[in-house]
Amino acid sequence: MDLSYTPEELAFQDELRAFLRDELPLEIADKVRTGRGLDKADMERWHAILNARGWLAQNWPRAFGGAEWSAVQRHIYDVEAAAASAPRIVPFGLSMLGPVLQTFGSKEQQDHWLPRILDGSDWWCQGYSEPGAGSDLASLKTRAVRDGDHYVVNGQKTWTTLGQHANMIFCLVRTDPDVKQQEGISFLLIDMNTPGVEVRPIILMDGSPEVNEVWFTDVKVPVENLVGEENKGWTYAKYLLTHERTGLGGVGASQAALAAVKRLARAENHNGKPLLQNPHFAARVAQVEIDMRAMATSNLRIVSQAAAGGAPGLEASMLKVKGSMIRQEINDLARRAAGPYAMPFASEAVEGANDMIPDPLNAGPVAAQYFNNRKLSIFGGSNEIQRGIIAKVTMGGGV
Amino acid sequence: MNFDLTEERQMLQDTLRRYLRDKYTTSVRNRILGSEAGMSGNIWGELAELGVLGALFTEAQGGFGGAGFDIAVVFEELGRAGVVEPVLDSALMGGRLLAAAGKSDMVEEVIAGALHMAVAHGEPGGRYDMDHVQTQAEGDTLSGRKAVVMNAEAADHLIVWARDGDGIGLFLVAQGAPGLTVQGYPLLAGGRAGEVTLDKTPAEPLGLTLGDYETVNNLALVAISAEALGAMETATHLTKDYLMTRKQFGRPIGTFQALAHRMADLLIELEQVRSAVINAAGNLDAQDCDLHLSATKNLIGRAGRLVAEEAIQMHGGIAMTQEYELAHIAKRIIMADHRFGDTDYHLERFIALSAA
Repeated sequence: MDLSYTPEELAFQDELRAFLRDELPLEIADKVRTGRGLDKADMERWHAILNARGWLAQNWPRAFGGAEWSAVQRHIYDVEAAAASAPRIVPFGLSMLGPVLQTFGSKEQQDHWLPRILDGSDWWCQGYSEPGAGSDLASLKTRAVRDGDHYVVNGQKTWTTLGQHANMIFCLVRTDPDVKQQEGISFLLIDMNTPGVEVRPIILMDGSPEVNEVWFTDVKVPVENLVGEENKGWTYAKYLLTHERTGLGGVGASQAALAAVKRLARAENHNGKPLLQNPHFAARVAQVEIDMRAMATSNLRIVSQAAAGGAPGLEASMLKVKGSMIRQEINDLARRAAGPYAMPFASEAVEGANDMIPDPLNAGPVAAQYFNNRKLSIFGGSNEIQRGIIAKVTMGGGV
Repeated sequence: MNFDLTEERQMLQDTLRRYLRDKYTTSVRNRILGSEAGMSGNIWGELAELGVLGALFTEAQGGFGGAGFDIAVVFEELGRAGVVEPVLDSALMGGRLLAAAGKSDMVEEVIAGALHMAVAHGEPGGRYDMDHVQTQAEGDTLSGRKAVVMNAEAADHLIVWARDGDGIGLFLVAQGAPGLTVQGYPLLAGGRAGEVTLDKTPAEPLGLTLGDYETVNNLALVAISAEALGAMETATHLTKDYLMTRKQFGRPIGTFQALAHRMADLLIELEQVRSAVINAAGNLDAQDCDLHLSATKNLIGRAGRLVAEEAIQMHGGIAMTQEYELAHIAKRIIMADHRFGDTDYHLERFIALSAA
């Protein structure tokens, strides 16, 4: 047991800090720091900068063009990047589809799709949830029927994050309706420019156009876009969800968000004194910080274990629940800290919207972020589903 | 003891509930939210016609109510329907301050729905501190800046707090007066506010004492608490319906004990909130009125957060979407914590008053 970084890890941290200082565009960091929405070009630009350094696909094996970072290296990146207000890496191609293709895809699929994820040729989105299949994902109804060398796809996906920017979508589709739900699902790659694909935005409660509905009407998909075997998609989906969850502790983002709360609470806006000197508020901040310190170590322990022996199940669920609760508590503190200036409307996603808030504290859209981040305990398998997994693994019971 | 509404208040509640259910639908409100004015002149006129604004004033003031329970009845219904029109700031606070100052002609206009008011109290850096007033009165003019002033653009007159010699005074400022600028913006939970700057702006002293203001501020605390209660009723109602109809894993999700128990907790909290509003409305004339009001506002803040967050969580993604009723209602509940002192402000005040 040794909690200190090795000399190699410290050197890596220095290298990373220098990289962020020199390469992260100021205008992009400024948008992230003040909670303004990033447009597609901002996100693509940051991906290209990371890719040029070889650091975009951090968890991919080197054989596929990845950085193959250790768990500790990824943790260091997570913390340093968030502290520097770097944009989050868009996860759909890099953290979700990439590992699935590397594990279950054909050589042709790997050779074709993986380089295109790295160089930004494709923007992927995720076609999992449906209006009737959220927590109960296996009940999904989008149908794919084999017709010669094509599948014909009909149905609807929803909550498709950043689908408005995407040209490709990986989908769970039903290929056999007559067997046990989990055994009739396949994993299909669909070009969103195919006739019959329609994307409709869903405006969230904070005003952001972040998620979409995607409709499929007689969409023809070449059979070579089937990943792995037909009707084995549920196995691949579970593998992907586990990969998705390991990132959800969100330690770096929570640390950066808490630092922002403290900055805000140091302003002398509470009876002429900093709010941070108020015992009630200070206690709230301290409690969440104490939880966060423990969670950061849990995160490292679990990710290290995963690196040694495959994907974690139970522990990933625990991290997702605790990580989302901590982040949401920090968002709540931020809105409290802003006081009456939490009330003006400025959407995170509407460019320039913040400029109309004449807030002397420069709090940013803290209330919009508070509401937007309620999603953290809903998406990627709701916290109720995660608790069900924890209970089932531990006690063998049902949901 | 009697916990029944009087016949008049019951009628007021029935009338207002029916009117808002029929006229103030989600789609109507979404249109209002998307509009430049951020409120509907038609709705405002009809609220006046129905006597809703008049119910906020005593008979002596030209109304037919004005007591704590009249205000609670009105605002519970406004909260239930997620009404964004500025009844609290323009009619209740503005009107009652005018009444206290003896401006009966203006009060009459407020009750008729013909006059809009704004109350400019808070200042940048003041947070919820009532004494943090740096706006300065000099002769017949005011200079300074006021923060997040509700209804500032639509108001025909503003009632402005300012330092006047050794004390604090309240002044009447007409919209469009020289040196007055209003920078308006929409609010996250609907309605509009603005940053108000005054630069040697002509103002009329209202001759009100701090006690007069506190009386009106207490009415506002009852109103915002009752509004949050109404909104929480809608949130729990929507959640209960959703749990009974949304099916996953082949059965309504409300049949899962983990969710059923959390729904039960919301219903328990809702009754706590209802009683807390009664405690506030019924103790406005009590010696320890401030203690009751802080207890209520603190409880509303805690229960409100639980109800809003749990209602969203138990719905899942659908509650995150702007067009679903709960999204707006949840915003109203949470943002009520940012008015007239938040959960912690009132916890501290309760502690201080309890120790006294």
